[in-house]
Amino acid sequence: MATRLKDTDVVVIGLGAAGGVAVLPLAQAGLEVIGLEAGGAMTRRDFAPDEIRNNVRGWPMLASHKTNQEAPTVRATASANAVQGGHPMMNAIGGTSLHYWAQHWRLNPWDFKVVSDTKRRYGASRIPKGSTVEDWPFGYDELEQYYDKIEYEVGVSGQAGNVNGKINPLGNPFEGPRKRDYPMPPLRWTAFHEKMAGAAKGLGWHPFPGPAAINSRTYQNRSGCMYHGFCSTGGCHVDAKNSTAVTTIPRAQATGHFKAVTGATVTSINVDGQGRASGVTYLNNGEEFFQPAKVVLLAGFTYENSRLLLLSKSSAFPKGLSNNHGQVGRHYFSHHQGAPVTALFPFNVGAWYGLPAQGVAIDDFGDDNFDHKDVDFIGGCTLWAMSDRRPIGAAGMNTFGLAPGWGSQWKAFIKENADRSHSSYNQKTTLPYEDNFLDLDPVVKDPLGLPVIRITGEFKENERKIAEYSQNKMEQWYRAAGAIQVTKAPTGGLMGASTHAYGGTRMGDNPETNVVDRWGMSHEVPNLGVLGGSVMGTSGARNPTHTVQALSWRTAEHVVQNWKTLVPNRSQQ
Amino acid sequence: MSDEPRIITRRDILRGVGIAGAAAVTVPASLLSTPDAAAAEPAAAAAMQVPPRPGAPREAFENMTATEADLLEAMVDRLIPSDALGPGAKEARAAHYIDRALGGARSGSKAAYTAGLSALDRYARASRGKGFLELSAADKDSVLMDCESGTATPGIFAGSSGQFFSMVLNHTRQGMFGDPYYGGNANFVGWDLLGYPGVRTMVTAADQKAYEAGQLKPNHKSAYDYDGFNKAVAANHTHTEEMAHGD
Repeated sequence: MATRLKDTDVVVIGLGAAGGVAVLPLAQAGLEVIGLEAGGAMTRRDFAPDEIRNNVRGWPMLASHKTNQEAPTVRATASANAVQGGHPMMNAIGGTSLHYWAQHWRLNPWDFKVVSDTKRRYGASRIPKGSTVEDWPFGYDELEQYYDKIEYEVGVSGQAGNVNGKINPLGNPFEGPRKRDYPMPPLRWTAFHEKMAGAAKGLGWHPFPGPAAINSRTYQNRSGCMYHGFCSTGGCHVDAKNSTAVTTIPRAQATGHFKAVTGATVTSINVDGQGRASGVTYLNNGEEFFQPAKVVLLAGFTYENSRLLLLSKSSAFPKGLSNNHGQVGRHYFSHHQGAPVTALFPFNVGAWYGLPAQGVAIDDFGDDNFDHKDVDFIGGCTLWAMSDRRPIGAAGMNTFGLAPGWGSQWKAFIKENADRSHSSYNQKTTLPYEDNFLDLDPVVKDPLGLPVIRITGEFKENERKIAEYSQNKMEQWYRAAGAIQVTKAPTGGLMGASTHAYGGTRMGDNPETNVVDRWGMSHEVPNLGVLGGSVMGTSGARNPTHTVQALSWRTAEHVVQNWKTLVPNRSQQ
Repeated sequence: MSDEPRIITRRDILRGVGIAGAAAVTVPASLLSTPDAAAAEPAAAAAMQVPPRPGAPREAFENMTATEADLLEAMVDRLIPSDALGPGAKEARAAHYIDRALGGARSGSKAAYTAGLSALDRYARASRGKGFLELSAADKDSVLMDCESGTATPGIFAGSSGQFFSMVLNHTRQGMFGDPYYGGNANFVGWDLLGYPGVRTMVTAADQKAYEAGQLKPNHKSAYDYDGFNKAVAANHTHTEEMAHGD
C-alpha cells in the first residue's frame, strides 16, 4: 500500500531539461512544487576530464538505472522484430542537460507552418505520402518571448542574425526576428573555424557561430567556458554548461516553494472519479508513495512520456491516460543524426581543445531557406563544423583507405593525421509518418515487470534525400576548405533511440490528432500537462532543447496564470 | 564501485597520497610487489618515468594466466608496435590496462579473452606450425590478419575471430591512448604519439593559438592529477562499448 504524502500544488515528473525549467516560474509564482527525479544529484566534482569514463564506458548513461532498465526496443516496421538497444539519456537532477552538447537553436518560422507554407509555395502534392505532419497551433512569433526568456534565464551565447527584422550578417540571416541580442557573445572560434567560415563565404553561403547554452563569459556568477575538450558526454567542471542543475533548479529551490525528490521512479499518474489527475505513484528505495497534486506536469524524455501515459490505465482511460483518442505514441520521429561526412585535411585542424557547441553553422539549406522547386524533398539541413576530439576517439579515425587499421603503417598514419580529420554533424528535417510510432512492447519488461516502450520507425524517402543532399553540401564545403579526402557514411533507414526524439504526445488544437492543446495541457485531462520534445510536431533542422525549454516555460506560465480554471475547487495560491 | 579499477592508484601510492585511505581498500599484493611500486618513496617516482628494463620481471597480471598474459602482450605488441616512430602498446602497458579492466568494468569480456587467446594460439599452431609466441613478427601479423578477416574462425574460434580481434584492438587503443589512471598509456607514450598536448582544465585563447602554432608543450597529466575530481562513479553493471554522444 502506497504511503500517501501531503498534498501539493504541482508535481513535476522528471527534472531534466524540460521539468528543470518549468519548476522555476511555478515556484516563483508561489505555487508549492514537488519535482520527482529518478536519478541523483551530481556536482562539478563528478565531471573529471576522463575519456574512458565519459566516452568509452559512458558513465552518464550507466549511472542511470532507470533509463538503462527501460531502454526502448526498436524495429523499422510493424512486421519486424523489435530488439532492445541502449537508452541515450540519463537520470539525474538536470538530466541529460548535464552532459549534452548544449547547442541551443530556436526553430525557424517555417518549422511552425510546414503544411501551409509547403502547400502555398509548392502545392499539396509536395507533402510526403503517409506523413501526418500538421502546422503548429501557433507561429514562431508566439514562442519568441519564451525563447528570449530561456536565453536570459538559462543563459545562451550566440550571435543574433535578425533583431526586429534588421539583418546582421555576422549572425544567421535565416533566423526568425528576435527582439534583442543573446545575453552573451558566441563561443570563440579557432583558426580552423575561421578557415571553414571563409570557405563558406567563398561558396556564397552565410556562416555564423552557433548558439550554445554555455557561458562564453561569466554569467549569473558562473564561469565562462574553459574549452578543455571534454564537453561531449561530459558534465562541466566549472558549471559553464547551463544545465538546469546549475541554473533554474537551484533558483527554484531558493524560493522555498520547490522541493526535489531524488531516486523517485514514477510508476503511474493517478486519476480521480472525474477523470482528473489526482497525483502520482512512485517508488523510492523499494517503498511506494502516492504524491497527491492539483496539477501534474509530465516531463520525462519522449520515450518515458508516452510510456507513463500508456502505463497509467484506469476505468476512465482504459487505453492509457489521455489516450481515449488513441494518439499517445503517434507522430513519433527523431532526427536523422547519422550519415556524417568525414574529411581529411593536409594540415592540423586544431580540435584537441574546444567543444561540440563551438563552431561554424550554415543555415542556407535548412527548412525552406532555399527554393525547393528543383529538389524532390521538403525541409532541409543545417551544416555544422565544430571542435571535438579526444585521444581514443582520434585513434579510431577513418584511415580513408590510406593505411590499414593497425600495425606500423597505421601508427605512422595516426601520428601524422590524428588532428587532421573532421566529421560533420548535420541536423536534418524529419517528418512524422502514419507508420512510425511508439507503443508498449508486448514482451520486454523492466525489472518492475512494466513493459518498456517500443519504437517502430524508419527514415522515409524524404529524410533519406535530405541526408544525401546534406552530405553533398558538406563535401562541397570541406573541399572548398582544402580537404584532400572526403567520405560519406550510408544514409541508413532504422530510426533507433535518439537524443533528438519527438512526438508521442503532440501539441495541436485538434484532439482527434493531438494529445495536448496549444498550452501543453492534455485535451482529455484538464490538470495534466506534458513537457518535452514529445509535444513537438516538427523537428526543424536544428537541436531541440531550446524549443523544449521555451515550451516548458510557457506551459508553466499558463498553469500559473490559469490556476483558478485548472483547479476549480481549491484555488489557493 | 567494483567497476572502478582502483580507488587508490599506483600513482597515488607513489605520490604518498591517500595512504591513510589505503588501509580501507584492498591493494592487491601484486601491485606492491613489483619492482616499481615496492619502493614507495619519492625516488621511485622518477623510476616510473622510464620503461621497464629488458629482462626485468614483469608485473603480475591479476585476471589472466601467465600464458594468456604472454599471448596478449605479444598481440598488442603487433597491433601497435614499438618501432622507429616510438614506443608502442607494450611500452604503454596496454595489456595491463586490459587485465585490470577485465577485473572490473569489462569483466563481462573475461571469458572472451580466455577463449580467444587460446584459439589464437591454436590457430597459429594449426596454420603456421608454431605457437603464436614462437612466430616471427611477419607471421604473427599474418595470423592476426586472418583473425581480423574472420578466416581464422572455422573450427578454432568459438565465435568469430573477427569479433575477438576487434575487441582486442579497441581495448588496446584504450590502453594506449586512455588516461594513465586506468593503468595504460604509461609515460604518456600514446598521447605523445598522437601529438595530444594533454588533459587540461583550462585552455585559454592564447593556449589555443600556441597549440595551433605547434608551441603548446605536452603537459603529461592524468585527469586525476588535478585536485577536486571524484574518482568513484555510480555503479556500472552493463558492458557497453562506445556510446553515442548525448547532445
